[in-house]
Amino acid sequence: MSFILSCPNCGPRAVDEYAYGGEVTERARTSGDERALFHYLYFRTNTGGDQREWWFHSSGCREWFQAERNTTRNEVLQVARPGELAPSREPAGG
Amino acid sequence: MIGLLKKHRYFRDHDLKSSYDVVIIGAGAHGLATAYYLAKRHGIKKIAVLDRSYMGAGASGRNTTIIRSNYLTPEGARFYEASVKLYESLSQDLNFNMLFSQHGHLTLAHSDRSVNTMMERAEVNRLVGVDSRVVYPDEIKDLCPQLDISDHPTFPILAALYHPPGGVIRHDAVVWGYGKEADKMGVEIHQYTDVTGINVENGKVTGVDTNRGTIHCDTVISCVAGWSTLVCDLVGVPLPLTTHILQACVTEPVKPLLDKIIVSGTLHIYISQSDRGEFVMGSEIEPYSGYSNTSTFRFIEDLAMHMIELLPMLGHAKILRQWTGYCDVSPDYSPIMGLTEVEGFIIDAGWGTYGFKASPIVGFTIADLIGTGKTPELIQPFRWARFYENDLVSERGAAAVSH
Repeated sequence: MSFILSCPNCGPRAVDEYAYGGEVTERARTSGDERALFHYLYFRTNTGGDQREWWFHSSGCREWFQAERNTTRNEVLQVARPGELAPSREPAGG
Repeated sequence: MIGLLKKHRYFRDHDLKSSYDVVIIGAGAHGLATAYYLAKRHGIKKIAVLDRSYMGAGASGRNTTIIRSNYLTPEGARFYEASVKLYESLSQDLNFNMLFSQHGHLTLAHSDRSVNTMMERAEVNRLVGVDSRVVYPDEIKDLCPQLDISDHPTFPILAALYHPPGGVIRHDAVVWGYGKEADKMGVEIHQYTDVTGINVENGKVTGVDTNRGTIHCDTVISCVAGWSTLVCDLVGVPLPLTTHILQACVTEPVKPLLDKIIVSGTLHIYISQSDRGEFVMGSEIEPYSGYSNTSTFRFIEDLAMHMIELLPMLGHAKILRQWTGYCDVSPDYSPIMGLTEVEGFIIDAGWGTYGFKASPIVGFTIADLIGTGKTPELIQPFRWARFYENDLVSERGAAAVSH
């Protein structure tokens, strides 16, 4: 396994038990602005650092949840039910 | 000894100048090929190729060296076919033996659905002049007697897409060959030169900041594959990419046994035997995105399980080493090449798991774009703006397995 991820329901499990759902994005508004819609559909921030993302416990409780993970170290900083992640830590010096 | 090594190096070191005509970020096969064709075909010689690490340290040195053109879309098949043609004469063009060996490529189908996909690929391939056809178990047995074509395996082999020109090449030699010839024409290769900023004024590129000083230039090309998002962030160009690690491994070397490249999308594996006798094997990208180059044991377990099902005689082979590399995966499994909304900033990204096989044609077409100011027809379908025009080139059926 490459890292351990904790499911809010089931506790710490190997990452292979989960399906990755991509970074948390803000849903496009129904404004009729095509460019904004395509941006929402295809474009990603692909952060090298702390990222908020979706996970699905496909081999466990089958619930979607969110995690904050450092993508360069594969370190999971926090997990929570959708919408319940704590605010990110302030960047050093910021 | 140090003196001897210096004497036989393929390129020189230089002080960083304060201005160049073209700055290329990334001294891998793509960046160096672009520099080579710019100098050779368009006479642009004031070029700096910058790399934050050593030459060929990224995907150019980590790929599994497979060259093929049996893609699913006409746009893709035409593009990669042009690349195979350039590869065929590359050893002569660069005066460097690349050990290119076109010994054939078999993509196995284990279900009716994948047989259909293979037939579609074969038809598209034939239309655009790519040598590729569907073969059935009897012929598969003739081509590759090592494969078990019986109905004993969990996923029996029903058919395969056979692509005779598919082959393997010495990947480091491609990097060195382009670097050597580019250096001869005056291109400067700057290793360990980290780009920390890209300067833009009134929507036009004016230069780059590096850890060795600032360079003025009108044209910057980003050829950094897995790091593309991070470089494009410097200039404010958004990308529809996510970076994932891809893993590969080799066994200890044995005598020649397998002379075809074998790929199975159902089993998520591919394998070829190198000239040195090692079996080079790979699998899928890791599903989660990230920039952590850590190998996993799970990869070896999964790969070995499926590989032994396909080629039981490998059961006793020992894994010699495994490694990872970054892949910048696009939503349609096609690359993103050409102009952006920032004048003078050109991208070559979205190479997912198929970038190495495209190196020569990438260099050729990007050089043409800069030399003539017009986007070559071959790369027009892969333009950055297609994601805002919803005009995608879906290559998933032929590129989603990483080979």
